[in-house]
Amino acid sequence: MSTKPETASTDRTETLTVREAIRAALREEMEQDEDVFVMGEDVGKFGGVLDVTDGLFEQFGGERVRDTPISEAGFVGAGVGAAATGSRPVVEVMFSDFLGVAGEQIMNQMSKMRYMFGGKIEMPVTVRTTEGGGMGAASQHSGTPHTWFAHFPGLKAVTPGTPAAAKGLLKSAIRSNDPVFFFENKMMYEQSGEVPTDPGYTLPIGEASVEREGEDVTVVATQRLVGESLDVADDLAGETSVEVIDLRSLYPLDTDTLADSIRKTGRMVVADESPLSYGVHAEVITRMVENEFFSLDAPLQRVGVPDTHIPFSTPLEDEVVPDGDDVRDAISQVV
Amino acid sequence: MSSISIEDTDGRREILRRMLTIREFDSTAGDLFADGEIPGFVHLYIGEEAVAVGACAALDEEDYITSTHRGHGHCIAKGLDPNRMMAELFGRRDGYCNGKGGSMHIADVEANMLGANGIVGAGPPLATGAALTSQFKGEDRVALAFLGDGAVAQGQVHEAINLAATWDLPAVFLVENNHFGEGTPADEQHNIENLSETAESYNIPGFTVDGMDVTAVNEAVAEARDRARNGEGPTLIEADTYRYRGHFEGDPEPYRDEEDVQQWRDRDPIDTFAERLIDRGDLTEEELDEMRSEVQAEIEAAVEYARDADLPEPSEAYDDMFGEPVPEIEQFASRLRADGAGGE
Ligand SMILES: Cc1ncc(C[n+]2csc(CCOP(=O)(O)OP(=O)(O)O)c2C)c(N)n1
Repeated sequence: MSTKPETASTDRTETLTVREAIRAALREEMEQDEDVFVMGEDVGKFGGVLDVTDGLFEQFGGERVRDTPISEAGFVGAGVGAAATGSRPVVEVMFSDFLGVAGEQIMNQMSKMRYMFGGKIEMPVTVRTTEGGGMGAASQHSGTPHTWFAHFPGLKAVTPGTPAAAKGLLKSAIRSNDPVFFFENKMMYEQSGEVPTDPGYTLPIGEASVEREGEDVTVVATQRLVGESLDVADDLAGETSVEVIDLRSLYPLDTDTLADSIRKTGRMVVADESPLSYGVHAEVITRMVENEFFSLDAPLQRVGVPDTHIPFSTPLEDEVVPDGDDVRDAISQVV
Repeated sequence: MSSISIEDTDGRREILRRMLTIREFDSTAGDLFADGEIPGFVHLYIGEEAVAVGACAALDEEDYITSTHRGHGHCIAKGLDPNRMMAELFGRRDGYCNGKGGSMHIADVEANMLGANGIVGAGPPLATGAALTSQFKGEDRVALAFLGDGAVAQGQVHEAINLAATWDLPAVFLVENNHFGEGTPADEQHNIENLSETAESYNIPGFTVDGMDVTAVNEAVAEARDRARNGEGPTLIEADTYRYRGHFEGDPEPYRDEEDVQQWRDRDPIDTFAERLIDRGDLTEEELDEMRSEVQAEIEAAVEYARDADLPEPSEAYDDMFGEPVPEIEQFASRLRADGAGGE
């Protein structure tokens, strides 16, 4: 599977932060398709609690950048109904920890309507939400529940690890006729990088990206851990040659790119900021064992949250939120 | 323009016919379930026909409805084809959902019927969303959510009505108070007398109407629909009605006795409306008998249609998950097929 965007020119780029890249994606898709609208708590005049939608209200007005009551079940459900009737809503759920409040509409309506109606309906809804620890927000504002949605049949889930991935994947999510959950790690909003300027630029959902080639070990990372793993790879250069893959899409999952990599390196570390049990780590590892058992040269390693919630106090939070040091330790276990 | 006008003779006859069709469809479905021909759960609408038909007659074909687990009546009132409904109950490929939905999930998006629903209270947010599309696109469509008295206690119902009220969406919320949520009386689930009283808290109009009187329901919904189309926002209507059958087929009904049911049967919505039409000369006794036998024949034909229709192939279980398919399903399914454990 290709790891380069093919749909549009990527020659011309600009430097954007993840926050700006997401905002640019929203703006371009709203300019391009009048069925697209954004709704959520404080997304309008206020510009979003983490500033992501800043400026969109001024450009598109309150019909298309809608402030909702504090009512996740109601407005996520309204997003489902709107998508079922020909709109293309982008629903912002302020913190992913609140997704459970809308659980019924997600689990029983959004994910099942297309299938249960015999395929006679499209469900073009995008849910954007923030994840992750690292800012002392404590347990109810720091979670990473993306595994739940990747696991639930009928939903797609993406976790961009770079500004370019954020823009390309969000544009694809909005254009997709399927429900896509777009998980933004809130510690990444200020991270900057080169992003293609062509409004036709998108990235296919379901493709991972080899961000750095290497020979000795593959690190499959998501979100913030992509950048941290690239730093580790730089540090280890000359000593250990590390291949870093941005997984990008949790479901569907790009088994081929991972398999190609492990055939080359024979070793793998899976780094994802979510609880270690039963998660993204487990799925990636299972597929490698199923598909590439005879390519493995060492036990596979996982880096993530040790099945705790995210505590408030900085030394406690630092203890459980994974970072580059954990990736480095995991690499040293297998090479 | 409403889809069926109660103002003219043909319209009134069509309203009567649709109520008769619901009753015949549902009593037949009850028999087929008892005989083991229909799997799953079956919740019948018998006794409540005036609500669905009165409401849908006041709607335009372009208007949306959402439904409940007791959805057969809403489907017929919205004009769905009994053949394909019955085929869905039988799990046939030709059913409205290709056999993937069954009794509790019949949907026909082409007819703007956004699905019966197995989750109590899940329809109102969907109706709010459909009304949002209508407002967003500058269309004239209204979305009506049917919901039960039990559903009124659900949090997401409150959220949906509040959202629609806040945004002046063209929505109508129609509570079918049939006096029970499964086996618990409505007055043990709510601390207010009329469930339409909650409208006050959203600052929208709320009415309670006689749900055994198709005319009363029709008028209330017509008014609510006009208000919605004029940009004046949603209305909450409670229709006071009763279900004659158990909550589901097979329900031993320890929570009431035959006398309670009889009191409501004495005001049967179909009999009273038929009498009225005969009195005013819309219809003769003979024509009514004829209509009954036509409806009976139509439902018998629907059963034959469903029995003759093909079952889906096992491999169709893997279809329709996504618009843009994922490799996973095909891979997992092909492994099952290779094992001989499933599929072709
Ligand atoms: C969320 C949810 N909780 C419980 C149930 C089980 N259940 C199915 S129907 C029903 C009663 C619903 O009562 P009401 O809304 O009054 O509708 P009615 O059956 O009277 O038409 C219950 C509790 C369900 N399907 N969904």
